[in-house]
Amino acid sequence: MHIVVLTKPVPDPAAAAERMGPDHRLDRAASPAVINGNDEYALEAALKLMESMGGEVTLLTMAPAGATDVMRKALAMGATRGVLVSDPVLAGSCARSTMQVIAAALRDLTFDLVFAGADTSDGRGGVVPAGIAALLRLPYLSNAAKIEPDAATGRVRVRRITPTGYDVLEAPMPALVCCTQVLGEPRYPSLRGIMGARSKEIATRSLADLGLDATSVGGSVASTVVLETRRAPARGATRMVRGSADEGAREIVDLLESRRLI
Amino acid sequence: MGALWVIGEPNADGSLARISAEVATLARSVAAASGLSAAGIVVAADPAGPAGELAAYLPRVLAVTDPDAAGNAWAVVAAERAAAIIGEDPHALVILGAGQDGRDVAGSLSALTSLGILVNATAVDWLDGRPTVEMSAFGGKFVTTSTFTGGGGIVTVQPNTVVAEAATKPGSVETAAPGAEPTLPHVAVLDNVVEAGAAAPIEEARIIVSGGRGVGGPAGFAMVQELATELGGAVGASRAAVDSGWIPYAQQIGQTGKIVKPELYVALGISGAIQHKVGMQTARTIVAVNRDPDAPIAEFADLVVVGDLFEVVPALLLALRARAG
Repeated sequence: MHIVVLTKPVPDPAAAAERMGPDHRLDRAASPAVINGNDEYALEAALKLMESMGGEVTLLTMAPAGATDVMRKALAMGATRGVLVSDPVLAGSCARSTMQVIAAALRDLTFDLVFAGADTSDGRGGVVPAGIAALLRLPYLSNAAKIEPDAATGRVRVRRITPTGYDVLEAPMPALVCCTQVLGEPRYPSLRGIMGARSKEIATRSLADLGLDATSVGGSVASTVVLETRRAPARGATRMVRGSADEGAREIVDLLESRRLI
Repeated sequence: MGALWVIGEPNADGSLARISAEVATLARSVAAASGLSAAGIVVAADPAGPAGELAAYLPRVLAVTDPDAAGNAWAVVAAERAAAIIGEDPHALVILGAGQDGRDVAGSLSALTSLGILVNATAVDWLDGRPTVEMSAFGGKFVTTSTFTGGGGIVTVQPNTVVAEAATKPGSVETAAPGAEPTLPHVAVLDNVVEAGAAAPIEEARIIVSGGRGVGGPAGFAMVQELATELGGAVGASRAAVDSGWIPYAQQIGQTGKIVKPELYVALGISGAIQHKVGMQTARTIVAVNRDPDAPIAEFADLVVVGDLFEVVPALLLALRARAG
């Protein structure tokens, strides 16, 4: 099973140090970068399939050149190799550009499955994977809680979470699957994994390498633009109540009444 | 001048998703501000029901009958039919929900048209001849206002952005031709499993009562559920509670779960770490019950009752019931 996992370096949500630049773009130097949390679930699912069925796991990342550091951690978890698409032109790319660039990079790779995380903690749009699938005419299976590829039939079966339960989806491979946390907790890299990751290959691809015209994608032709960024209005002061359970309950009822919530 | 489209999402039971009624209500206000004419698109094997419901909110709804919408993953089928109607209009503004189906349609539609996407809108307005879209970034730390550089685009809208309100006069439902043969692969749905006790979508709830590690187990969640029922709300959870298997993932709020914006959020035994905070800190009113007065949730809740939730919640239930008489 050859699986490509789409991974994105994001500002570490736990650091909560995000800062916006004057151009309304995220100041990526202000925060420590980590692999997007939802991408780790996708990677874990891919690694388990590689271990049980054989094959390879390739990371595909579109990010500034420094992203190789973050990619090493994913390689330490067990991915076989990485491909980093990096080009100064891509700074400020919109979701549509991102789809086009990643789709172009996937055209150069051989795979049975592409895994993506449900969304990224910086953008939270969750729209890019469906766009990539449509551009490449790949079957698209989202909200996956279980992924069962069958090498013999060349088909993949996915349990897709729905508002009322789940659907069982099936499609021929190659296909693109959008993963959820339900697939299982990501592993920690072992010491051996960390040592081994140092010598694993990370191939860097520019737009020219992908055969893309620098005037067709990237920040200068972004389909969306941020006009204004402001700090969210601060929440009001917190009222702390220490006392008996009845006093606490009464305070809650009073607040809900005053705000017409009951 | 482009058109303003609302993609209506049908529920599995053939009704219209609540988010679509909200999006249509929002679209009417954008239409009023812009002079664009708003119309809905409903793609289903049998679109009459949801299209009829959507017409309560919009002057015109196009119903596309596509037998493939049943028995296949809906979003890709719907996106291709909608793309055929929207055409190559670079000024088209398309609005839909930010749930999983909405995201799937938005991504596919962007690939099929030349339209960009703005996500998780908390407001859509019209200013200087173009749409402006407000969204909350980095868990509510920032608010951004964005627009499309090409005039039109696709906007996914957060639930509870507006209250759904029917138009004074219901609109018409027209049958639309399905368009050309689809080119995107359809994904077969082999089985549709309804799980017992599946809750209403947590993102749509006006009131959410959430439990965390402090709830202690499934028995504690029965109490969370009891309070949610008493308040007419839904049950949410932190990741710790989901990881412990006390409640399904669909109910998880936070970084790797749902983003919610209810009128009232009651956090029971939830510390309010950043991973949870990013999913709920834009709630209108936040009430927490926690043993630890130094828990991070005390930094952004409106009211923190410091105490044992197994004493405070029963007292609260009594007080609410006494009040209701």
